[in-house]
Amino acid sequence: MTSPGESHSPAKATEPSNRQEPSHNALTTSDSGGVMGDRVFSGLALLAGVAILITLAFVAIFLSFNSVGAVYREEEGLILRQFLEYAYPLVIGTLIASLIALVLATPVAVGVALYISHFSPPRLSKSIGYLIDLLAAIPSVVYGAWGMSFLGPALVPVYGWLHQHLGFIPLFAGNPSQTGRTIFTAGVVLGVMILPIITSVCREIFIQTPKLHEEAALALGATRWEMITMAVFPFARAGIISGVMLGLGRALGETMAVALVLSPGLLTASLISSGNSTIPAEIALGFPEAPPGSERQAQLIAIGLVLFVITLIVNMTARWIVNRHKDFSGAN
Amino acid sequence: MSKSITAKDLNVYYGDFLAVEGVNIEIAARSVTAFIGPSGCGKTTFLRSLNRMHEVLPGARVEGQLLLDDDDIYGPGVDPVTVRSMVGMVFQRPNPFPTMSIRDNVLAGYRLNGARMSKSQADGIVEGALRGANLWNEVKDRLDKPGSGLSGGQQQRLCIARTVAVKPEVILMDEPCSALDPISTLAIEDLISELQKEYTIVIVTHNMQQAARVSQKTAFFNIAGTGKPGKMIEYAETSTIFNNPTNQQTERYVSGKFG
Amino acid sequence: MSQTQQQLTSASVEGPAGPARQNDFDPSSILRPTSLTQNRMPWWTGLAVLAVSALFGAALSSLISFNFALWFVFTAVLYVMISYAVTRAKVNRRQARDKMWKNLVYLAFIIALLPLFSVIWSVTSIGIPGLLEPGFLASDMQGIDGTTDQRSQEEGAPVLGGIRHALVGSLLITLTATFISVPIGLMTSIYLVEYARGGKLSRAITFFVDVMTGIPSIVAGLFGAAAMGWFLGVGNSLGLPLPSRSTMGITAAIALSVLMIPVVVRTTEEMLRVVPNELREASYALGVRKWRTILKVVIPTAISGIAAGVTLAIARVIGETAPILVTAGFVVSNNWNLFQGWMTALPVYIFRQFQNPTSPNFSDPSHQRAWAAALVLIIIVMGLNLTARIIATIFAPKKTGR
Repeated sequence: MTSPGESHSPAKATEPSNRQEPSHNALTTSDSGGVMGDRVFSGLALLAGVAILITLAFVAIFLSFNSVGAVYREEEGLILRQFLEYAYPLVIGTLIASLIALVLATPVAVGVALYISHFSPPRLSKSIGYLIDLLAAIPSVVYGAWGMSFLGPALVPVYGWLHQHLGFIPLFAGNPSQTGRTIFTAGVVLGVMILPIITSVCREIFIQTPKLHEEAALALGATRWEMITMAVFPFARAGIISGVMLGLGRALGETMAVALVLSPGLLTASLISSGNSTIPAEIALGFPEAPPGSERQAQLIAIGLVLFVITLIVNMTARWIVNRHKDFSGAN
Repeated sequence: MSKSITAKDLNVYYGDFLAVEGVNIEIAARSVTAFIGPSGCGKTTFLRSLNRMHEVLPGARVEGQLLLDDDDIYGPGVDPVTVRSMVGMVFQRPNPFPTMSIRDNVLAGYRLNGARMSKSQADGIVEGALRGANLWNEVKDRLDKPGSGLSGGQQQRLCIARTVAVKPEVILMDEPCSALDPISTLAIEDLISELQKEYTIVIVTHNMQQAARVSQKTAFFNIAGTGKPGKMIEYAETSTIFNNPTNQQTERYVSGKFG
Repeated sequence: MSQTQQQLTSASVEGPAGPARQNDFDPSSILRPTSLTQNRMPWWTGLAVLAVSALFGAALSSLISFNFALWFVFTAVLYVMISYAVTRAKVNRRQARDKMWKNLVYLAFIIALLPLFSVIWSVTSIGIPGLLEPGFLASDMQGIDGTTDQRSQEEGAPVLGGIRHALVGSLLITLTATFISVPIGLMTSIYLVEYARGGKLSRAITFFVDVMTGIPSIVAGLFGAAAMGWFLGVGNSLGLPLPSRSTMGITAAIALSVLMIPVVVRTTEEMLRVVPNELREASYALGVRKWRTILKVVIPTAISGIAAGVTLAIARVIGETAPILVTAGFVVSNNWNLFQGWMTALPVYIFRQFQNPTSPNFSDPSHQRAWAAALVLIIIVMGLNLTARIIATIFAPKKTGR
């Protein structure tokens, strides 16, 4: 790594020592203050970059440190089993809610992205993009309120119908909720929230589809849909996957919507009755009440760490796919 | 003002890639020297090594000696910034600073370095530089308008005024007319002949008529093939290069047989 | 009709005459229709199909119990199916498939707009009465208890209490977070764009900034709380006069910075990369040092984009609830001191009013306040987004003429 302070000086390294030095070189009389300015400024820039790395490391360190109390008790030693029993329903609940969100949001998001990139009137496509981005601008607590007061009650008859006709499937067994505050409602709200994320990633990729490929398909007499399957989708496959992964990362970590919508409870397979909880909601509801330094607080920080690790893996996979794709498309 | 340039066995590298090899040249003060040659032959690279601008790209370095009068530009302890304040440069495409007015563009060399001056001093510099660039009459009423509002040719003369304003010893021009129409090109060429009275000028051009019109001496660069280093093939009076060059490659190039 | 022609041709090719007749085979007959207008349907077909499906949709939904949602669902499904069938019968299979997917894509777009309008409609329609309550913006929740709300709900007394303390808290916390994040984020992007040369460090920074954009906001909050708790613990054990609890405004600002820095880095980096290299070179060629070039040429050229990016970052964090909830807590009264005591932010206020109404049995006044606060929050966020767009378009430097 070249130190940025020497950004001007690659030539210095090559100065042959046997070069004849003129007795006096007018070019060396330079203001030292300016050179200092360069050093200080590039040093600050480097410092800021390193600070980000350190912060991220601290996030991991502090969370690990503070969660020790959840898996270790002085009298009993390691209580890992106890913690796992506490954590696994929450992990599963988080996954269920996120999966519902993904299943609902992905087709719609890909469709919307296609609409913006290939179907909408070209003059309007930018404004339509902004409109969809507005979905991302609405604060999560507002989505939570909406899901709790509007979407939930609106879905109550649907849950009733599902229970009546499909109640033999475990997913729709159990007492259908009368308030609609179920994990499925939470999943729908999460789906709405991650829709703009998946859309914007897909849109970017769809727009980048090489015009040559598209025109080649159209010139052969392909319909628009055939052109999209021949030229756009193969080009965008990795982008769509990474967009979905980013959406998943967001859904996993989303707190407020779930905390407000869901009336939490024990783990259950039923999507339409109250029950289940997610990690972020559990933390948000429990943390303000947990006394500092208590085992309860350590427990909450520990599941926070679990959530951090899960989202880290999901996001890193997504980025990895994007970066691999970047090289791939660059080669073409 | 105005200094000569001498290159001795100059090699220019980008990382491990030898871009220009073994250039020996003496450019007299107060003269116009043209670099001609096919694309990719290293003439622009060599030009940019004359004020260490090529170092903006990572891994760039030189071997050999490059003297400004008697001082080695690449000597130990030499600050590239000082070199550049003495060897100015005009680029292929006009690039006035879009956030600055015409007046501030001319003063950019001072302002960006944080120099303080009185308003009358500044006015004097602006007027002198713009007159020197044959632009004063066209812009004197709109000095506070953005420089990007000018036509391409005017913008390029503004860039020359910006370079002239800091009173460099040498002015390098990298195909300054390639983005301009014929009328603007003529205006720039006239300007070059006038600037020559005070400055050492080195110009890279693809237009051989232009080289013939503005320069006293011409250097022909060529490249043996892709991946090979560029070399200076011949350097002589412009009339010699164009009328009876000694090297066969030069003859083939100036008579339009390749490149 | 190409469908039948296609069958005819293939039949004749495989016919009894066999290979000998293959010479007469004209490939165009299976590839394209005989007339240029053959594959078009009259312009009113779409409208007719829509009308039919709307009618049947209404009929079907009233079989169950008529409501607009059900009507919409049935109409959409019927429209997609009928137009597929019509196109397939009248034109061909390929066109029909094209039509079906086109309809589905349009449908996806409409579905995506539904929640947007639903959310905005519900917030404005419920929020406005609360917002018009006198003193809503100017008072806090001091002295508002269950009996006050009970009186409002049962006797129709005006709903008291407001969001002044929450506005103050949001403002202080967000501004502090901005003051922390912008210098770090801007300097990092300057490092990445101007100084780093694709080395390991810069790649690591880029990668981890990407990772940081994905940190769940609640985790950022936990980090803020844990880090401040540790810092205060160390400080107190050294005998420094520090508060004993980490719950205060500055902790929330630090937590928000963790979320904000990556956004600032990403947007400013993009903006700095767009600045043409020619401008940097022009500045270098005038003998200007790199740091002055960056400060006086690169940043001024990119400033509108940077400002827009920072505004968007503010818009993102001002709506965050979870990290503030676990770091700054919530109080009923004004607190101007970032370094002492609990502090309420607007999103936390909304959350608390919903989750723990001031009077558990008479929750209407609390909900009214919450919706009004949500409306205020949405107005702030949308306003910030709009401001960002305006900054980006109006103050963008004019392109250099070419």
